[in-house]
Amino acid sequence: MSAHKQPSDDDLIISLRGVTNAFGDNIIHDHVDLDVRRGEVMGIVGGSGAGKSVLLHTIIGLNKPVSGSIKVFGEEIAGLSGIELRAVDMRWGVLFQEGALFSSQSVAENIQVPMREYTKMSQELMNELASMKLSMVGLPEDAAPKFPSELSGGMKKRAGLARSLSLDPELLFLDEPTAGLDPISASQFDMLVRDLQKSLNLTVCMVTHDLDTLRATTDRIAVLVNKKIKVGTIETLRKDPDPWIQEYFNGPRGHAALS
Amino acid sequence: MVTLSEAKHVDERAWVRAEKRQGGTKLSFGGDWVVPEASHLDVDLRQIDLGGARNVEMDGSKIDLIDSSGAWLLLRTRREIEAAGGKIAAFTMPPTFEPLFETLDRVHNAPPVVIHHHHSFRHFLERTGKGSVHFLNQSVEMMNYLGRVTIETGEAIIKPRGNLRVAALFHQIEETGITALPIVGLLAFLLGVVLAYQGADQLKRFGAEIFTVNLVGVAVLREIGGLITAIIVAGRSGSAFTAQIGTMNVNEEIDAMQTIGLNTVDVLVLPRILGLLITLPLLTFYADMMGLAGGGVMSYFSLGLTIPVYMRQLQSAVSLSTLMVGLIKAPVFAFVIGLVGCFEGLKVERNAASVGKLTTRSVVESIFLVIVFDAAFSILFSILGI
Repeated sequence: MSAHKQPSDDDLIISLRGVTNAFGDNIIHDHVDLDVRRGEVMGIVGGSGAGKSVLLHTIIGLNKPVSGSIKVFGEEIAGLSGIELRAVDMRWGVLFQEGALFSSQSVAENIQVPMREYTKMSQELMNELASMKLSMVGLPEDAAPKFPSELSGGMKKRAGLARSLSLDPELLFLDEPTAGLDPISASQFDMLVRDLQKSLNLTVCMVTHDLDTLRATTDRIAVLVNKKIKVGTIETLRKDPDPWIQEYFNGPRGHAALS
Repeated sequence: MVTLSEAKHVDERAWVRAEKRQGGTKLSFGGDWVVPEASHLDVDLRQIDLGGARNVEMDGSKIDLIDSSGAWLLLRTRREIEAAGGKIAAFTMPPTFEPLFETLDRVHNAPPVVIHHHHSFRHFLERTGKGSVHFLNQSVEMMNYLGRVTIETGEAIIKPRGNLRVAALFHQIEETGITALPIVGLLAFLLGVVLAYQGADQLKRFGAEIFTVNLVGVAVLREIGGLITAIIVAGRSGSAFTAQIGTMNVNEEIDAMQTIGLNTVDVLVLPRILGLLITLPLLTFYADMMGLAGGGVMSYFSLGLTIPVYMRQLQSAVSLSTLMVGLIKAPVFAFVIGLVGCFEGLKVERNAASVGKLTTRSVVESIFLVIVFDAAFSILFSILGI
């Protein structure tokens, strides 16, 4: 659906070329490349401090890389002016780690923030759509008037997801969507992401540590190791000789989750 | 300004057509049924007059693109027709869009959300009531806390248990005292200048300009020095106490301390209050000196009083007791600022907005209390004839 009919000579939604990130002398990413295709779910994994979140922040324009090119929807993110970046903002949704809900507004108002900002919908329609988004992410209707401080961690993430889906984005970024959730909520969340991805034809880019989530939702995985990115499916990555990747996918937890 | 339609590259505007047919109505839909189009589709769909038609055919086969908002509008239309007793004779749309539509129909049965307006009269009354109860509770809590901290501070001073955090105390002395020197000094100096200038201006009319020195001396030593220092420290350090302790509260550090068996008053509150008790009198003395210096400089420039003349006049105008009257208030102010700052910090709830709110409240409350206590001291001193 939101997969729109723009003449897409390339079906690459995200394309990173030679991106280098560094804090001072500490190089996080050393000339990395990454392609995300339309309609796929890409997982980003890596050890603590490997720069997963930094990579995500770089793609969505919150962090400026030292060098390299980042294209999202075929547009060079670093070269966009504020107004142009807003046009891109309308086409993606971002779920931050803790949901990042606006604490002074109820869940329903949070979901309506992007609608209010970018559309001329009537309040009635926005109320209907907010209710629909809540159903889509599996939140009960009585969650709508609640404030973020009254929600559990899992509910915050669902509400955050509902807000990121507010304008029906084509591309969804998820930062550790299942971290801190109990296994039942986490697997529900996995199914939810997969369902939404299918029915809304989303492209999803998610940072996660959760091997179960990786197996359940992702099509391909980008592993951040030694400041570089290795991309593959779970099957191909399990055969990769890199010791960290071996440990990750074939260690005890990897075995339990993937076998 | 880029519109949503431009950003999302809407090619063909969405449209709705209704035609009367024998035995019913046919609704045809086409174009891009996406978010940017939702507001006008909403209006168009609402304007369709089915004229009580019993049989409605919904044909969406010309829809090029649909997202969840478009799907919802179709679903809503269908549900409303059915709810009004109509019958959907046919419902067609391109097969690629059917899963979305079916998912929505299955998962979404909730009524629209209701947005509460937080500024209605009813909410105003509600907040007033809540606020009053909160104020009473707060006062009681503050009294409890005052009692606890007073006892522990007293014990720490009278019979040190050896568990005073010396390193923390010195850290606080540095934070609240030494780093405050530039701002306190500058402001006190400027207030001295202002007092001398205004005093000289008025007293000249009576030919009593020499008494400018008395004015500056008494005002700075008795009131201004102590007050301005306390207000600056309340703004600098009181707020820092609330923000520091509050952030620790948000991070569950306070809970962690309690489970380890650390006493939060010992670890967090006492070093801060004791630190202020030591630094505020010293800062006040420093502010007094800077204020007098400011008065001296201004007297030289506006009245031509040389430094020896200024000093001699000052000596006759003020005594040691004038200085002490100002200094004796400093520990009380210090206690109030430290108490309020720590108290509000411990009351922070586990969300980011709470830290900011209580920090503001802490500064307002401590400045308020400082001025109230200053007034109380004035009354007390006038009764005692000091």
